Order: sequence, then structure tokens, then C-alpha cells
Amino acid sequence: MSALAQTSWRPDGASDPLATRHGLIGAPVSRIDGPLKVAGQARFAAEVSMPGLLHAGFVYSSVARGRIKAIDTAAAEALPGVALVMTHRNAPRMKPPALFGTTPEAAGASDLPIMQDAEIHWNGQTVAVVLAETREQAEEAAALVAVEYESLPAVTAFAAAKAHAHPPESVLGEPAVLEIGDAEAALAAAAVKVDLTFTTPRQNHNAIELHAATIAWEGDRLTIHDASQLVTMTAATIAQVFDLDPKQVRVLSPYVGGGFGGKCLWDHQILGAAAARLAGRPVRVVLSREGVFRLVGGRTQTEQRVALAATADGKLDALIHTGVAAMTAHNACPEQFTFPARHLYAARTFKLVQQVAEMDMLANTFMRAPGESIGTFALECAIDELAEKLGADPVAFRRGIEPEKDPTSSHEFSTRHLNEAYAAGAERFGWAKRSATPRARRDGEWLIGMGCATGTYPYYRMPGGAARITLTADGRARVAAAAHEMGMGTATVQSQVAAERLGLPLDRVSFALGDTELPPSPVAGGSNQTAAIGAAVIAAHTELVKALLKLAGNASPLAGLSTDEVEGRDAGLGKRGDAARFESYASILRRAGRDEVTVQAEAPMPLELQKWSMHSTAAQFCEVRVSESTGEVRVARFLGSFDCGRILNAKTARSQFRGGIVMGLGLALTEETLFDERSGRIVNATMAEYHVPVHLDVPEIEVIWTDIPDPRTPMGARGIGEIGITGVGAAVANAVYNATGKRIRDLPITLDKLL
Amino acid sequence: MQRFEYHRAADTAAAIALAARAPEPHYLGGGTNLVDLMRENIERPRTIIDVTALSSAIEARPDGGILIGAGAKNTAVAEHRAIRERFPMLARAILAGASAQIRNMATVGGNLLQRTRCYYFYDDAAHCNKRKPGTGCDAVEGFNRIHAILGASPSCVATHPSDMCVALAALDAIVHVEGPGGRRSLPFGAFHRLPGDRPDLETALGPAELITAVELPAGAAGLRSTYRKVRDRASYAFALVSVAAALRIEDGKLAEVRLALGGVAHKPWRAATAEAALRGKPAGADAFRAAAEAELAAARPLSGNAFKIELAKRTIAATLSELAGARP
Ligand SMILES: Cc1cc2nc3c(=O)[nH]c(=O)nc-3n(C[C@H](O)[C@H](O)[C@H](O)COP(=O)(O)OP(=O)(O)OC[C@H]3O[C@@H](n4cnc5c(N)ncnc54)[C@H](O)[C@@H]3O)c2cc1C
Repeated sequence: MSALAQTSWRPDGASDPLATRHGLIGAPVSRIDGPLKVAGQARFAAEVSMPGLLHAGFVYSSVARGRIKAIDTAAAEALPGVALVMTHRNAPRMKPPALFGTTPEAAGASDLPIMQDAEIHWNGQTVAVVLAETREQAEEAAALVAVEYESLPAVTAFAAAKAHAHPPESVLGEPAVLEIGDAEAALAAAAVKVDLTFTTPRQNHNAIELHAATIAWEGDRLTIHDASQLVTMTAATIAQVFDLDPKQVRVLSPYVGGGFGGKCLWDHQILGAAAARLAGRPVRVVLSREGVFRLVGGRTQTEQRVALAATADGKLDALIHTGVAAMTAHNACPEQFTFPARHLYAARTFKLVQQVAEMDMLANTFMRAPGESIGTFALECAIDELAEKLGADPVAFRRGIEPEKDPTSSHEFSTRHLNEAYAAGAERFGWAKRSATPRARRDGEWLIGMGCATGTYPYYRMPGGAARITLTADGRARVAAAAHEMGMGTATVQSQVAAERLGLPLDRVSFALGDTELPPSPVAGGSNQTAAIGAAVIAAHTELVKALLKLAGNASPLAGLSTDEVEGRDAGLGKRGDAARFESYASILRRAGRDEVTVQAEAPMPLELQKWSMHSTAAQFCEVRVSESTGEVRVARFLGSFDCGRILNAKTARSQFRGGIVMGLGLALTEETLFDERSGRIVNATMAEYHVPVHLDVPEIEVIWTDIPDPRTPMGARGIGEIGITGVGAAVANAVYNATGKRIRDLPITLDKLL
Repeated sequence: MQRFEYHRAADTAAAIALAARAPEPHYLGGGTNLVDLMRENIERPRTIIDVTALSSAIEARPDGGILIGAGAKNTAVAEHRAIRERFPMLARAILAGASAQIRNMATVGGNLLQRTRCYYFYDDAAHCNKRKPGTGCDAVEGFNRIHAILGASPSCVATHPSDMCVALAALDAIVHVEGPGGRRSLPFGAFHRLPGDRPDLETALGPAELITAVELPAGAAGLRSTYRKVRDRASYAFALVSVAAALRIEDGKLAEVRLALGGVAHKPWRAATAEAALRGKPAGADAFRAAAEAELAAARPLSGNAFKIELAKRTIAATLSELAGARP
């Protein structure tokens, strides 16, 4: 049904023909893993059984910085069922994991050595791992390990760390400091301006599924059933840690119970593998919820300044976004909160500065639109404040500062339809009913307000992905890539796309993933997986067509046609625009005496990103009710209007957007990891006191989209994983202001800040 | 969790006898609090005596009072028709607590004895006079946004987390207990303790004493009453401040007022000062605010919870206004 895409979305080519096709593209297909999950048959990492399995219990340090002076494991070892206690004294020798970003395959969340010496680097670091026949025994024994520490001075207060803040070498490959013109001078000279400070707290992902791994050695071959959003990189990094060939490590992760950036490589998989080697038996690691807080980093805290200067005609004369994020000396995750300001608005001058402040704490990490989620909170609240000062409607004001080209890189946008998203969203939400003056609407003690904000998230397509297609003589296709299914519908959407590309019915196509024996995949992060796999599948499809044309030979109606001239349709290949020249896959293979044909190819480098500025955008609208008596905030309505290129599956996309918005409500109103600055310890390491939104906190959420294909991406799609959360914090805060007349610039917006 | 022996008590006498002789015993209700604390190694019992098979009857008496067996599930109490009719604040308080699943498991006895939600009490690595007497209190200068503003001591600033107990305090409930020394009945106000310098002692219960029933006297039956809970999300969070209130207005005057606060103290806080200030006065927003001011005059904020004082005042005033039908 469709022409070959080849690699044509690249700078030198045309767009993927699937970008404008209908059929399966965009269809609201239900998740193919749904029935398995409902029936409890989807097997997660913690559910893999193995003969002789041992269970791990963890002991966490209670000091932030120091040395283990003494560690007494005798009582633990004496308990029935305990196989061993691993500490730095008996742990196998391992290399520190290569830090994420230092090589394409590095997955280390930090590059600290893991249980190789007596040093303590954060409060919560693992000091011992107990292996026992049952999890209960392992945890009971873990509580009996007695550790004596020599404490060393630690930097556990943000204010103290901030005094030594400095720009990092780079912010995910972008410069930490970006200045165009003299923004401070423009600000100083401006008649209408805002200059504001925002603070955002630490947060943790809190996926439902706890971090887990079931691990076995067979000689020097290591198998890890993991809950992972980067299987290929995990295998490579674990191989590096244990001095193995990457081929000796297999990571499987067919289902992941939520990732959000948190299901990457942390100490628990490495410690589990080390302990399994020490015991000579397979090991299952399932962190407790507390364990997840102690061993798996979350979003770091920030302090941000946004200063905006307006010209008399409502343009931006200066856009300043600077700030500091807490980080460690052993990781590189500076929380790119200035990224939105690099691409969203036209301004005459810019000053964008990211700094990091090193603390003695668990490495922070990527979480739910790192940077953009909290960066848009600051920027979009400031925009709202400036619009108010100008007496302008915030939607109209944004329209006036919409850039024609990327304002800092000067690249053309691949596509950008934020204005359309705003117009459609405002119309549907009833934005016109908003009163420009705060406190104008009430219902008894409840003040009612509306707010809006822009969301934005970059298009990424990470290199290193490949895909395999096997076409069988009975007219079926099996597509495979290492890839990840974290609940977003990867297999479903990729099956849809592959079926459409091949011209096969959906039930004739399967998509295998979650296994490093399959062709490699980059991290399922940065909302890039759909595009990354899509590009690899396009490359494999081109190879497949080449192979089929060759097999078809001279006796076929396709004889003499080149790959560019044919398309997949009606379970076979046909000449584009010529219904007569066609041969079914079954016929081609049968005639060639083949049961199947298998091809594999790598995705091309993401050159599109070097030429165009590629970003999704969103207009987020919110209505809140705030109790004048108690300051309680209830979100009454929410609408997200998205411009994300082509939407590939209306059903899974809607869930993805809604999920992002729900996380945004948590970011806005409830979520905060309490980090005790005296001890460097997280004190609410529990779902009871770390407040994610519950059902009653989540109102009706409406989601609409432009569905305008991006001609520069595979399938015209841009990835929708994370954009949902962006802009939500500001939309809520702006609505709270409209309701109450109070600007809250410190997240989360808890009721005490409104009393 | 430390290993333990599990026993299911067939009757009250057997439960008490076992608790009196077994090593490190603990009664078990629905387990929704105790088992969590055992998992965290905060409670380390060696003997678990399951008392859920003991009385769970709810007996509505003709005089208007109600007797609730200690094993009654929170859900059963909240759904009981006589309780909803005679003591609506109690049904509302229970439904404002925890989640449906937890309420289905939790018992009345266990609810009374659930332990504080202070972060530092829950963390073995922190200093806590309640968990380990004499080790200090990390909450006094730590995260104490959710902590006490009334009746606290330098050694402990924790709050009692129950919603149900706030209503029971307002209703002058009676706690029936039985122990090795026999049976006795305690007025609700005397059941929980303020921390003083022994925050590890939370109630008036003696060793091996078992709660057998909670009685709601007829006195407060049929009053207009309600429960309002203010918290950090719409559901499934403990109270920052809660108010249980009941009143009777005769000729525009407050003939009877019952008021108790949750989330503010080491025990459910009966607001006797505010009640006294209101009795006999005309119902109205000003009077309610003044009474709230009087009650909170004794409040002492910590570094992170001063807002609770104003929040408590406003919630008292708003709740009473709503009950009285007055504009807030
Ligand atoms: C996530 C979460 C959220 C919650 N939110 C709320 C909330 O918002 N509001 C609220 O009020 N509560 C809340 N709760 C607490 C819940 O109400 C209590 O856990 C529950 O009431 C305890 O009852 P139980 O029967 O399960 O007690 P158990 O856990 O079985 O026991 C608790 C204690 O009572 C003792 N005990 C039990 N029965 C007796 C008896 N008959 N005599 C003497 N001692 C006895 C036990 O020995 C133990 O010390 C929440 C709990 C959780 C886990």
C-alpha cells in the first residue's frame, strides 16, 4: 500500500510516505499485550523462576559520606536460610561502570565503584547484600548486619553546594551557557519586565513495578531478566564492569511496569550479578520501595531565575533563564531546564545559563521529561506574569512572540504548529470565559481560575538502532528489535506501522522486543523510541524489498523494477501507480523455493537533527478550584492540545498524553522527595508519604492533537512519551493565580503556600 | 521483618493469657499498620496474637448508644445504618481515612492503636525518642510540616494519625479493655497520652491489656455533626488538620457543641476551650472564629508547621459555619 520510505526523511530526501497514509496509521488499536497483562500472564523480571534461586536483601548506609569502620555480618550469616553476606570485603572485583554519555553504550548512572572499598558516597548506598533461600530470610538477615561508620564532612545542604555552583562541561551535548546580545542590559532598560525566582524540589519516579532483576551465570555467560528501558546498553556496561565480551551478557526485559527514566542501570543489577557469581547460584533482586528511593536516583532540585523584558509592542527584548541544579561529582545529569527557552520564543537577546552544584547524594537522573517539565514551569509562569503586566491575554501574547525560526540555533523548524494547537485548545476549553482579573469566579468557598502554558519536548532519534524482518511464505512478518515495552504500547504501534509498510493485515505481523539477542536498540528515553525503531524498520524494509526483488527474478511481474518503484500492498509487492504489476510475498517466496526471508539493517545516523530544529509543542489548559478556607487546590478540568507530528495510534497516544498530564499534576501539586539536609537522607521513602496523585486528584482530561506530519521524521511522528508532563506545572500555577491572586513559584503548590 | 510465632486467639481470655506469658507479644488486628511496621523493622514482635476472631459485633442500643466490638472492620462501622444515622461524623471520619482496601481490613481496636506517621519514627536510621527512648528527636529541627502544634514536648512532636479517633474523641466514646487484672472502661480522652518525656508510652493500656469494644454513649446521638479533613491530596493522605464537630442550636443559640481536632497533637484533640467559649452563644461566623482563636492560643509552631495554626482556625470556623448553616 505504500512506497518505500528508504531514508528519505533525511536532509536530502522526501518524507516517509507513511506520514500521510491512513489505514492502520493512527488507528486506535488496543494494546496487544493487554489481554496477557489482564490475565496475569505477562512475565515481569521479578517473576522469572529458576532452580536454586537465592533472594537478595540489601543493607543501606545511614551516613552521607564516610568510611565503613567495621561491619559485623555474623548474626546475619547465622540465620537459617542465609547463603552468604556480600560486603566490600568479599565482593568480586569489578570495574566502575562507564558513565552514561561517555560512550554510546555506557549506561552507568554514576561512575563510582560499586562495593569495592569502604567508602560511603551517599546516605543509602548499599553496604551489604544478603543472599538467602527466601526473600523474608534475606530481609530479616539484612536487618542484623551491624555497621560502624567513620563519618566525613559531607555537602548535604543545597545552599552550601550552591555557593560553589559552576556550569557543567555540557548539558547533554549543548553548551551550558548561551548568550545572544546583552540580555541583562536589555532587561535593565526595559519598562515592562519580570525577574523571578522559582524553586523545584526533588522527585522520584515511583513506577508501580519495583526495580527487579533475576540473574544467572553459566560459566562466563550472564543472563539478566531485568526491568529495563535500555537493554542493549545495560548488557554492554555490565560486560564492561565484569570484564566480559558484550556477547556474553544477555539482558531480557519483555515487560516493564513503568520506567519514566528510572528503569536504567543502577547498583542493584550489578550487585545482584556479583552476588550470584559469589554464591554460584542464580539470584533474584527485588528492591523494596524504600530500596528504590535509596538506590535509584530521581529528579534533582533546582533554583531557577527567569527574567523577561518586553518591548512596547509586546515582543520580547530579553529572555533570561538561568539556574542551578544539584548534582554529584560522579554523574552528568544537569537537568536541562533551560532547554525550553532555547527554542520556544522569539527574543532579541538571550541569556541562558545552567549551573550544577555538587552534593554528597545519590546520583540524580532522568525523570519524566527531565529539564523540560520543570523548565517550562519557570518559563511559562514568567510568561504569564509578563503577559499580565502588559495587559495581554497570555495566549495572544504567546502568539505575538512565536518565532519563525529556532531563536537560538537559527535552524528552520521541521514543523511547528503551536499556534494551531493553542487555537484549537482555547476554543475547546472555553478559554474565552476566563476572567483576566484574578478572584473573579467563585462557588461558595471555592475560588475558580483558569490557566494555560506551553509544553515542549525535543524530537530525538538516538543512533545505534537496528531491526530485523522475517517474512514467511504464509504471508506473515516477524519484526524484531531489542527495544522496550514499558507500558506505552511499543509492540502494538510498531506492529501497526510494520503492517502498513508491508501491506499486511495487522494480525499477520508480530513485533518481538525486550531481548539483547535481537538487533540492538538505543535507550527508550527522550521519547525517541518510536522514531528510533521506526527508522531501523524502514532500513530493514528497504533491505527486504531488495531481497524480494532479487528472489522474484525475471519470471515475476516485478521484473526489472527498482526498490524505488515498488511498494508493499495487499500482502505483496507492487509497482507504484500500477495495479497490474504485482506479486504476493507468498508467490515470490514459493517460486524461489524459500520458506522465509530474513533481513536486518541499521537505522541511519540522525542527520535530520543537524539541519532542522525539531520539537513537539503543546498548549496546556487547566481549571482549578481553590478553597478560600483551607488553601486546598483541586484541578477541575484539564485539556492538552498537542502538536507532535503524526499520531500513530489514537488510543495509546491518548493514554500516553493523559499519563503525562497526571504526572504533571503530581509535579504541580503533590510530589516532593524530602531530603533531610542534615543527614542527606530521604525521609519519605514510602508511597504513603510521597504523594503521587490519586484518582480523586485527577479530573476529566481532554486530549486533542493537530496530527500534522513532520516530513523530517519516520512516519511523520515525533515521539509523545514525555511532552504530556511539560507545561502542566505552569498551567496549574497560572490557574491558581487566576483563582486566588497568589503567585506560587515554589513547587509543589501545597495548601500552606496559599493560606 | 523478624520471624515470629503466629497464634489465632479463640477467645478474649486465651488472648490475654497468651499475651501475658509469651515473649514480646503483640495483638494483631487487620495488620494494616503493624505489619508495615514489622516490615520496616520498627516493630519486632516475637509473638503475634491475632484477635480478629473476637467480637466484631455492632450493637445499636435502644437508648441511642452503640457498642462496637474491637474486631469490627472500619468499613463495617462506617456503613452501619445506626452509626450513619446517629453519629454521622463517625462514618464520615472513617471514610475520610486511608483507602477502601485498607478500611476493609482495618479494625476498630487497631485504628485506636495505630502509630504516628512521623518520618523519623519510621526510619531506623533516625533519632526518635518514641522508637528508642532517650535517643533524641530528629523531627524537632527536621521535616515537621505534618507534626504537632498542640500538646507536644521537646522529646516528641509526633501526631496521632487516626481520623476515626477524632470523631470518637468528640463523641465521648468509652474504651472497654480487658487484661490480666480484669476489665475496665476508659473515657476516650484518657485513653491516648500526650508525649511528655515518655513518648514511647502512647496510651493508658497496661501490659497484655486488650481492647474489647468501643462504646458510643447516647449523649451525642442525633446531633447535627460532620467531619472535615484537610490534606495534601484529595484522598489517601493523612490529615494536616481535621475537625469533628457536632452542634445543637436552640433559639439561635448553641445549646450543645462538640469539637475535636486531628493532625494537631499526639492524641486526638478535644477542643474543650473552644466548646466552652461557644456554649450558650449565638451561632455565627464571628463566634466560631473567636472560639477557634481561643483553642489555638496554646498552639506552638515548629519550624515547618506554623501554617497549621491558621489552618486549624479556619477549618474549625468553616466546619462549624457549615453545620450551623451560616455563611463562612
Ligand atoms: C497507606 C495508609 C494510609 C492510611 N491512611 C489513613 C488515614 O488517612 N486516616 C486514618 O485514620 N488511618 C489511615 N491509615 C491507618 C489505618 O487506619 C490503620 O492502619 C488501621 O486502622 C489499623 O487497624 P488494623 O486493624 O489494621 O491494626 P493492626 O495493624 O493490626 O494493629 C495496629 C496496632 O493495634 C494493636 N491492636 C489491634 N487490635 C487490638 C486490640 N483489640 N486490642 C489491643 N491492641 C490491638 C496492634 O497490636 C498494633 O499495635 C492508613 C494506613 C495506611 C497503610
